[in-house]
Amino acid sequence: MPKTLVEAIIAARTKDPVRVGEICKVPVDFAFANDITTPPAVTSFRNMGAKRVFDKERCAVLPDHFTPQKDIPAAEQAKASREFSQEQDMLYWEVGRVGVEHAFLPEQGYILPGDIVLGADSHTCTGGALGALATGVGSTDLAAAWALGESWLRVPPTLRAEFTGSRPSFIMGKDMILALLRKIGVQGARYMAIEFNGDSLEELPLDGRFTMANMAIEGGGKTGLFVPDETMLHYANQRAKRPFTPQYPDRGARYAREETIQVESLEPLVALHPSPGNVCPAREASHLEIQQVFIGSCTNGRIRDLEGAAKIIKGNKIAPGVRCIVIPASYEVYSQALERGYIAAFIEAGAVVCTPSCGPCLGGHLGILASGERCVATSNRNFVGRMGSPKSEVVLASPLTAAASALTGHVTDPRDYLGETF
Amino acid sequence: MSTIQGKAWKYGDDVDTDVIIPARYLVTGDPGELGKHCMEDLDASFVSSVSPGDLLVGGENFGCGSSREHAPLAIKGAGCGGVIAKSFARIFFRNAINVGLPILECPEAAEEIESGDLLSVDTEKGIITNLTRGTSYEAAAFPPFLSELIGLGGLVPYVRKKLEESGQ
Repeated sequence: MPKTLVEAIIAARTKDPVRVGEICKVPVDFAFANDITTPPAVTSFRNMGAKRVFDKERCAVLPDHFTPQKDIPAAEQAKASREFSQEQDMLYWEVGRVGVEHAFLPEQGYILPGDIVLGADSHTCTGGALGALATGVGSTDLAAAWALGESWLRVPPTLRAEFTGSRPSFIMGKDMILALLRKIGVQGARYMAIEFNGDSLEELPLDGRFTMANMAIEGGGKTGLFVPDETMLHYANQRAKRPFTPQYPDRGARYAREETIQVESLEPLVALHPSPGNVCPAREASHLEIQQVFIGSCTNGRIRDLEGAAKIIKGNKIAPGVRCIVIPASYEVYSQALERGYIAAFIEAGAVVCTPSCGPCLGGHLGILASGERCVATSNRNFVGRMGSPKSEVVLASPLTAAASALTGHVTDPRDYLGETF
Repeated sequence: MSTIQGKAWKYGDDVDTDVIIPARYLVTGDPGELGKHCMEDLDASFVSSVSPGDLLVGGENFGCGSSREHAPLAIKGAGCGGVIAKSFARIFFRNAINVGLPILECPEAAEEIESGDLLSVDTEKGIITNLTRGTSYEAAAFPPFLSELIGLGGLVPYVRKKLEESGQ
């Protein structure tokens, strides 16, 4: 029977019958956790009686959430994570060399087309931008993968999301995934794989694809996958740490649901408090005043994101009473942004630039909101209390929209700065 | 013991992991500590009023959001006996099984139960009885592999058994 992309990836790696709803045992190509999810994984690993991780080149610990260590309890968790990685001689990168895990790992060539990847973090689905079945699990599942090198997966039905038409220059991957979430809501893809398709994606830079795959989980998805093409394979071939075998969907594969988004007519979108599915055009939210802007995260902390933000911010000033926090998602991104003058543009405008970290995205540190405050963020979730006080609000937006909002002090459509084209 | 008895605490659709346990408290893995802050951003009265064995009742997509295993641990730590919902987000579903928090997927029960109803749940058979209203429901059965996993006591004993068999 013709297979969808996720079915093709599973079928290449299992002896079990690959039918939607069936549980398959699969090998795991890469398994990682962060400074919050590693300590419970270590406890489970010990309780399992496991002695060694299955392959030290395929198991990783990345301290990216509450780092640089924000307080004593966070420091203790990061220490426990580091000590376990040293004991196991597994992959580990220290603060100053790590990045937000979902930006850093693909950059370093550890997540590759056709892979099955488990991460103890829900945004592991970001790896789908490289045609990998990458999915988030809890710490105990991750510990089992570290111990055994395998896991179980229920074969998900696939939602095929087709993006058609040429993409206006002010539309980013973020607007495109928000357009899908507007259609399907926060559980429209529950238990499903999203397969991204359509001619609009051919010209979409990989950074935009990472943004889209990243937010598959916001629709309830297990993963969100792109079909391998020249852009993807070029990126993977340049960086790959090991051989890989890309997989492709078959013609005539059966999709559980199909949605089409007309990209040509899209406007810049935002998701309003308190749900990523609460989407409207940025212009309809222009009455919302803000006290903070956050540009960064595993969703939108890559070089194209900072490039877009810098184009708007360069030569302008951040609005009085607004703090604009920029956090490159990795040191590769940070270095590129320095070379290209983006960091200087942010600082001259009155923004703050911090070292790579998840930062305020999940309410950790580096930009926590007080009650009554509102933040335009390029991150992925705006649940109650996500970035601080349960009485604060988060508006999710693209880096272009976030940058424009930082200059005005209210939610702002980037076309008001850029014109219809730029 | 496979029977849980307690009051229902009913919430709506899309109860996310950030309200089950806010990230600012993710500096410990201790269920008791996590339990002190369970649901506080959604319902500040929950922790002070919940009694051992009480059950959370959710709508669709319960536990959506983050992969934090701290969410089912916080629910356990708060003393809850389990969660009944119309549907569960997939990572929460796996995590709950892995940490031994009973979960029951049953749209009819989740629809009809009201906050404060006295419930009795047979977790082995998946039978939910609403003692206040005199109704009873059968939750969706787990696939055979998951039943086997639950029968062994969860993922930790399952992996331990596999490692022992392979001589590691």
